[in-house]
Amino acid sequence: MDVLLTPSGGKEHLLLGNEAIVRGALEAGMAFATCYPGTPSSEVPDTLYRLRKQFPGKVKYYFEYSTNEKVAMECAAGAAASGVRTLCTMKHVGVNVAADPLMTLAYVGVRAGMVILTADDPSLFSSQNEQDNRYYARLSGLPMLEPAGPAEARDMVTHAFDLSEELGVPVFIRTTTRVNHAREAVKLNKLGKVKQTAKFVKEPMRFVTVPAVSRNLHLRLLNIYNQAQAISERSPWNKIEGRGKLGIITNGVSYNYVADAVADLGAKSKVKIFKVGMSYPLPEKKLANFLKGLDTVLVIEELEPIMEEAVRAIAQEKGIKVKIVGKVPGKVPSKSVDIEAPDFLSRAFEYNPRLVRTVIAKTFGLKYKNTAELKLADMPAPPGRPPNLCPGCPHRATYHAVKEVMGEEAIYPTDIGCYTLGLLPPIKAADFLICMGSSVSSAGGIARATGQKVVAFIGDSTFFHSGITGLVNAVHNNHNFTLVILDNGTTAMTGHQPHPGVDTEAIGDATTHLDIEPLVRGLGVQHVTTIKPFKVRASKKAIEEAVAHEGVSVIISKELCPLFARRVAPSSKKSFQVNPDKCKGHMDCIKKVACPAMFVEDGQARINPLQCIGCALCAQICPENAILPVKAKA
Amino acid sequence: MSTQRIVFVGVGGQGNLLASNLLGQAALAAGVKVVVSEIHGMAQRGGVVESAVILGEGTSPIVANAEADVLVAFEPVEALRLLPKANKETLIITNVRPLPPFTVAIGAAPYPPAEESVAYLKKKVNKVVAFDGQALAEEAKNPLSLNMVMLGALFGAVELPVDVKTMKKIIRSQTKKRFAASNVKAFDLGFKAAKAG
Repeated sequence: MDVLLTPSGGKEHLLLGNEAIVRGALEAGMAFATCYPGTPSSEVPDTLYRLRKQFPGKVKYYFEYSTNEKVAMECAAGAAASGVRTLCTMKHVGVNVAADPLMTLAYVGVRAGMVILTADDPSLFSSQNEQDNRYYARLSGLPMLEPAGPAEARDMVTHAFDLSEELGVPVFIRTTTRVNHAREAVKLNKLGKVKQTAKFVKEPMRFVTVPAVSRNLHLRLLNIYNQAQAISERSPWNKIEGRGKLGIITNGVSYNYVADAVADLGAKSKVKIFKVGMSYPLPEKKLANFLKGLDTVLVIEELEPIMEEAVRAIAQEKGIKVKIVGKVPGKVPSKSVDIEAPDFLSRAFEYNPRLVRTVIAKTFGLKYKNTAELKLADMPAPPGRPPNLCPGCPHRATYHAVKEVMGEEAIYPTDIGCYTLGLLPPIKAADFLICMGSSVSSAGGIARATGQKVVAFIGDSTFFHSGITGLVNAVHNNHNFTLVILDNGTTAMTGHQPHPGVDTEAIGDATTHLDIEPLVRGLGVQHVTTIKPFKVRASKKAIEEAVAHEGVSVIISKELCPLFARRVAPSSKKSFQVNPDKCKGHMDCIKKVACPAMFVEDGQARINPLQCIGCALCAQICPENAILPVKAKA
Repeated sequence: MSTQRIVFVGVGGQGNLLASNLLGQAALAAGVKVVVSEIHGMAQRGGVVESAVILGEGTSPIVANAEADVLVAFEPVEALRLLPKANKETLIITNVRPLPPFTVAIGAAPYPPAEESVAYLKKKVNKVVAFDGQALAEEAKNPLSLNMVMLGALFGAVELPVDVKTMKKIIRSQTKKRFAASNVKAFDLGFKAAKAG
């Protein structure tokens, strides 16, 4: 049995933040969960999915991977309005997709606890921006809790379900990468009772948001805000520790940096810490009282100065004389955090213990000598190790074929997924990307505005997420471009989650499989071709025909992700090798496709047999036919 | 107890995250406070993978520049890349078997010879333990057990609040049955190599 399903709890386990969130939900008696996967949130739904598959008799919740965050939020809203405890998870940019239903869901509220996880990504470890989703709490008017680590995340999630029910609205849990992907000891509590069945009771004057209804619902939400603020004032998550005339206000993972720094600085008797756990609504009275006893207060929060501005407003309103220090007025780091970490509080990038310790020492005039950094100007430069498409990745073959046909001149809008790595040389087939689904709609815009040849790329999961609506638009408005749907049969980037196009039999799921080709035809696309990307010549011919078509054409490039295939349909393909007698060393195989299984030794291309999976792309590119399968040993 | 900050760095697929997670579990079993932190995401596709294990009183899940007590590198060039995490007193344990990234194959960047990298590390910090960990993994008849070799080397080179017996128990119980014996063998070989060097 999995530790996450231990009914009685009791023992301590080293849980990942995301696993702790799952445990918290199970302890709260969650009965329904929806999501769209996205780093750093993905292990929450992945764990729910895994537990349901491994222990179908033991779990009492419904779980689905929804096609996008908007759909996930709407589906969850229906369940929570029907009276079952519901969890809905996504990464920070996912909330943008779900923002439309979110704003009105805040009006209608819920009848059972509903928790929305937003997993933010300061420093952009794997995201397209580093927005601060605390603003969504303000924008929607919904309460928000921010854990500092896995153990607290578990406790807060459980509490958030209760709070949601008490207030009748969904409650946000906001994490950051360093909470989601940290592990610490979590002592388990008892699993909760699960109310699995529900009945939707009609109440149109609450759940049907025509203007006359919503006018009242807005007032309902504003009253809930007042109630929530009173709760925040006495919330155990907003706590004060230590004593002294110097104060620090902090939230989330930054609390750990602050606590460690104050200990390192030997300043426990001088510094009072306000740890904000319920960050919306802020406990304004409690903060005002905190400020009153202090000479200086330092606000330490990653990304936006949300608490800092609130504290400045509180001090002004109450006439409290206290020096407030933070990041306003804003100083901007001169370089990306990858090159050089800033040594002051800024609105960009995540913080770290050294930065926080330095800022605290400087602000409060505390003596401390940081360990000297090494002088590394004379270091031999380590070669870049960018993430790469895997050996045998079918996307590499598709990109190769498209680039052979279209060259450098065509414009290549791309999308979010593994194939974003097509950005890198030698493939270089990525010219525009802003969000999930943007390849399709931006392709129409670029083609319409410029008349240039446009070939857009999107993955199968992303196509279902939000590519479909863009394609409908393109067909309706007679745009002129070719869309290549890179159909590798799974959601590869985030860890092989299923989506509507997945062969559900192969993974033993009771969902229904949707075939992309008839779907695309049904949307009205006139020119649709399905190709097998490792058949290079046939693929190139199909692409030539597609780009010659006036209007929207779609190529579906269909081949399983090799990492996924290894699990669901192991093949016995032989790896390939270079015949040194035939190879003339022009390196087309290396230069054109950059397969990580290939390397150069003594001026000749070679193939690492442990990495090669026998896709045969290089063999088809080699003009000397010098690349052949390794023969079985006699 | 003071805080020990250990940073692991390697290439996607080398088992770095498993090593840090197992060390965390062993710490928990030994009653030592521990926080483990990992960065993956896009690094799953053959990029750099970094993780940190903080033993003792520290609660911050990450290790800042110049603040690692130990740096365990699964690949020599990755030891260089993470060198800003080290200070003069940091112990560096590194595998010397190169795993050149594709940027090298396409001629976009040179790969510094392993000896050169190790010599540079030795110039910058007081103690470096460098050996061919991959050869030891192969000696253990499990080429994928480099992570266990490096974990063994960590225990061989540093005084940790977690005892070897507990660590091995966790390796036996938490890794695949098929590999349990070879993993422990790899751990022992790494332990010995670090003791010797």
